[in-house]
Amino acid sequence: MSLEQPSVDFGRRYLRIDTARVAALIPLRAIVVSVVLVVVILAAGVASMTIGAYDVGLDAVLRAIVDPTSDPDVRQVVVEWRLPRVLFAVLCGAALALSGGIFQSLTRNPLGSPDIIGFGIGAQFGVTLMMIVLELNTYMFKAAGALIGGLFTALLVYVLASKNTMSSFRLIIVGIGVSAGLGSLTSWILISVSVEKAMMAATWGAGSLASLGFDQLLPATIVFAVVMVAALPLNRTLPVLEMGDDAATALGIRPGLTRLSAMVLGVALIALVTAAAGPISFIALAAPQIAQRLTRSNTPMGTAPVMLTGAALVVVSDLVGQLLSVPVGVVTVSVGGVYLAWLLAAQFARRA
Amino acid sequence: MTASLLARDISLGYGDTRIISDLSLEVPDRSFTIIIGPNACGKSTLLRGFARLLRPSTGTVLLDGAELRTFKPKEAARRLGLLPQSSIAPDGITVADLVGRGRFPHQNAMRTWSREDERAVADAMAATNTTELSRRLVDELSGGQRQRVWVAMALAQQTGHLLLDEPTTFLDIAHQIDLLELFADLHRGGTTLVAVLHDLNHAARYATHLVAMRDGVIVAQGDPREIITAELVEAVYDLPCRVITDPVAGTPLVIPLGRRRP
Repeated sequence: MSLEQPSVDFGRRYLRIDTARVAALIPLRAIVVSVVLVVVILAAGVASMTIGAYDVGLDAVLRAIVDPTSDPDVRQVVVEWRLPRVLFAVLCGAALALSGGIFQSLTRNPLGSPDIIGFGIGAQFGVTLMMIVLELNTYMFKAAGALIGGLFTALLVYVLASKNTMSSFRLIIVGIGVSAGLGSLTSWILISVSVEKAMMAATWGAGSLASLGFDQLLPATIVFAVVMVAALPLNRTLPVLEMGDDAATALGIRPGLTRLSAMVLGVALIALVTAAAGPISFIALAAPQIAQRLTRSNTPMGTAPVMLTGAALVVVSDLVGQLLSVPVGVVTVSVGGVYLAWLLAAQFARRA
Repeated sequence: MTASLLARDISLGYGDTRIISDLSLEVPDRSFTIIIGPNACGKSTLLRGFARLLRPSTGTVLLDGAELRTFKPKEAARRLGLLPQSSIAPDGITVADLVGRGRFPHQNAMRTWSREDERAVADAMAATNTTELSRRLVDELSGGQRQRVWVAMALAQQTGHLLLDEPTTFLDIAHQIDLLELFADLHRGGTTLVAVLHDLNHAARYATHLVAMRDGVIVAQGDPREIITAELVEAVYDLPCRVITDPVAGTPLVIPLGRRRP
């Protein structure tokens, strides 16, 4: 590792890794941003573990995490009840951000996130069917429902939008239409079942990290790890695909195969979050764009900084949600709505 | 004459529409081959067949003695580059970053940026005179500068063969000549170039091997000084003309007669 700068002027500073097997240039800015984000996540995470019905001070939280011989009651509250919630926030944020980066890169549009093009709603519809109609309420069943619902929606949007040409604008418009349709189907299911079932679905549907324990964290983490590793090559191929199918083919990429695998993995990431926590909107939309601006990168697709941005957003949103006694999904929708309005205004201003 | 890139009895088309049937063409090594012909004659389709963008329905394209479609995509991309007719520069990308993306076929998960990548990018930018632009945003460049940057990206790929699909379209005459001189330099440097061009006189001046197509068929090919005649131009374009010798380059110069003749 060295700070020897490249002979080509890229306009940013790098950390160079150059060994016999590994060679890379890592932008210093991305490293600094990642470190700061980790600090934010740790601080907000610990702070959120002090909040709850049972009062635990900051020092007691830290002691409970690092010292196994500390007060067992405090340890139970902090480690068994509150820690999984924070870990879930990190996991959901990272997964949503990565999914958003994948779809924004695929559509070459900051609006092309899974929340907007309907895959999130599709996953939600799948889970609602699984929970309410089929009455299967464990994580794996919900995840399967979310995945099938999301993939089915992706297929529907893809077929409806691909008429000779595949413009990203068309994809987004069709996606908004499909998600409106699926949203009303979900509502229809909810009003036609018993009040208890509808309440259960509604609580989940607000997007909440409360009441999630280690029993759900383990399968979710395994699914996330598998999908994330499978998505790693996309970090190099999607930016090349952004230059168009012809240029990408000439550079040795199979556009069709890359697009298909990116869509499946992007939907899988949304599905694994939706199954656990319900819909947490706008993280997939906002995180890649925020990360891109923080790191001054030239693509919304990325790994560590993008996922850490998403994780930080969800952990902080959950902390705010707990202080205001509302679910995390409500916080992200409120903040995200403002962001979306700004994004739309900025996009129209640029076209005009 | 040897040819390491050649098409043997290939048929190409889109959907059910066949544009080229059973065409064979050998691209002479180290040549600057230029394909000309009227609109819809199949010249861009043929180039797309060579570039792996269209798969021939019959016949084969051979590269270095092996069937092109049997190459792994990245292996093919290390031997055969393309400057597409239209590419999309991602929002907010700088010149150096875009040229750097041309190194993709030489990289892998463990080696995302090596010193060879750096040398190739620096050389490509020097050759296209874009080094000074390295930190500029591609969106902000003029048409001529932008096309040089895309050429630099294709050069950074360091392939023996480079395919150029109407590279001078949308450029003014000065930038067209500028770019063609750059290609001539690359050709002298040993790269085999295959270009589709619209301007017959540019083709006549810069080609070492000229291919004239009409209706999906090769009408004539060879040294432009030998094959360009008034009869050929009329046969290919239905254009009555006179052919004189270019007073500057000594190559054939096609002068259309038009309807109003003195």
